[in-house]
Amino acid sequence: MSSAVPMRSRPIIGWGLHDGLVVARRNLIQTIRVPELLFFSIVQPVIFVLLFAFVFGGAIPIPGADPTTAPDASIYRQYLMPGIFGQTVAFASAAATVGLAEDMKRGIIDRFRSLPMASGGVLIGRTFADATRQILVLFVLSVTGLLIGWRINDGVLNAIYAYLLLLLFAYTVAWIGSWIGLYMPNPETAQTAGLVWLFPLTFLSNAFVPITAMPAWLQPIAQWNPISSLVLSTRELFGNPTGIVGDAWPQQNPIAYTLISCAVLIAVFAPLAVRRYRRTTAR
Amino acid sequence: MSDIIVAEGLVKKYGDVVALDGLDLRVPEGTVYGLLGPNGAGKTTAVRILTTLLEPDAGTASVDGFNVVKQPNAVRRVIGLTGQYAAVDEYLTGRENLRMFGDLYHLQPAYVKARSQELLERFDLTDAADRSLRTYSGGMRRRLDLAASLIAKPRVLFLDEPTTGLDPRSRIGLWEVIKDLVADGTTVLLTTQYLDEADQLAEEIVVIDHGRVIAQGTSDTLKDQVGGDRLEVVVEDPTQLDEAATALRTVATGEVKVDRTDHRIVAPVVGGSLTLVEAVRSLDAAHVGIADVALRRPTLDDVFLALTGHTAEEEQA
Repeated sequence: MSSAVPMRSRPIIGWGLHDGLVVARRNLIQTIRVPELLFFSIVQPVIFVLLFAFVFGGAIPIPGADPTTAPDASIYRQYLMPGIFGQTVAFASAAATVGLAEDMKRGIIDRFRSLPMASGGVLIGRTFADATRQILVLFVLSVTGLLIGWRINDGVLNAIYAYLLLLLFAYTVAWIGSWIGLYMPNPETAQTAGLVWLFPLTFLSNAFVPITAMPAWLQPIAQWNPISSLVLSTRELFGNPTGIVGDAWPQQNPIAYTLISCAVLIAVFAPLAVRRYRRTTAR
Repeated sequence: MSDIIVAEGLVKKYGDVVALDGLDLRVPEGTVYGLLGPNGAGKTTAVRILTTLLEPDAGTASVDGFNVVKQPNAVRRVIGLTGQYAAVDEYLTGRENLRMFGDLYHLQPAYVKARSQELLERFDLTDAADRSLRTYSGGMRRRLDLAASLIAKPRVLFLDEPTTGLDPRSRIGLWEVIKDLVADGTTVLLTTQYLDEADQLAEEIVVIDHGRVIAQGTSDTLKDQVGGDRLEVVVEDPTQLDEAATALRTVATGEVKVDRTDHRIVAPVVGGSLTLVEAVRSLDAAHVGIADVALRRPTLDDVFLALTGHTAEEEQA
């Protein structure tokens, strides 16, 4: 009787991408049907913008910023927005961690694994949907930024490159988040574990304060932190103040370093995550 | 018919805990095979190995001739799995869920559409087909879960405790659905800790405990292993319990048990209703007043007790 079932021929994009798109569609439908989740994932960075702009803004000087390009008060806000963008896309990885832990708990990962689908399909779909969701988040954040005085100063094309770089980074960290998520015993633990590594990662960077303001021993770490190069790249592409750029190679070539970092991180974490996926089962 | 599921000497350990301890299984094609045992007996581990989710530490297994470790994708093409939880997406509608699983089986979209409609009708879900699963009852979710595992018309269906947590009405509803499937020729491996469920659905039952098969056969042969029927007598006056027990020993074929709290005596007998008449006569001759008397076939609970020394439920406590 099974011979009567008509199978699809292999699509041009391959089974991995085909299955990835099917799963991404499912994850994005979830986003639409649970607007509360999307709402809070947008509200959180907006609160960060307002806190930093109005609470810390006056206390953090940006050395090297040219006060003639913008009025004094708005220099930090110009500096801040790319930092918030960078932090927000980095935190997108937590959604993958929690989402996969929930899927495991519900047994749906077991179901997927019992299907004759591509072994990377579920994770490709997961990471793709998590990055796609960031488009809306970045849009809302950009509008918030424009309202408090942030500006795109270097043309539309460069701004598009900046947004694409941010989405690529979101996609990259979603793989790291997926890998972590597949080790989580339950969604509650995933909630914490998904975030805990992101705080040092985003704060040990130029996202909110200039690297030159950090202790000397921390500066190399911050200069080689991929978040720093991502944020510096977007500052340059948006034409926002960069502060004093360090001597380290990633600071001198931020876009190249960001692209290389993403490539290396995906090359390491995607296979690790898929490997883990193939062995994992619900508890 | 040939055996469509074959497992030999499956071993699986989680640290010091031995989940499977050399499990052997042979499931003939087109049957409903019941894997019966208490929680922790290794049922789910066995299903996970047979459905390629878990690799055994030792032993081999094949489904429809494909090795579960070496040819997992070939196995996945011929199986359907419905686990202990309704593993369907909460936020999608019933139809969207079926479409997703159909797409992931790599079936033709037109076929998926037609087959989804057919399954929704069959499982009485057409009214709810376009609603999010958050609005579904537990029974409806299980039915959709089952529909999802049938989308590709699998030759072998694994049902891992399909009715756990359902109310009695939904359970009976799901039993009917499962019985229909078998009529189509699907081989079903069913795990359950409910003895009446195995009794209802499975033609062939394997009883497992501590990761090993401890008995095997049809429901009837298993019951015969316990030894014939049970005669149960409840006396009117508890002071007459011992006289009643003495009277029943004349007809019993084994040890007569006296339950003083329930004023009940249970005696193993052979010979059916003739023995019943004989028993009533000897009780009458001893002037014992009878409140209730019944002759019953042993349940699988009795089987489990006889085989393991404990009942299925006790194990969990």
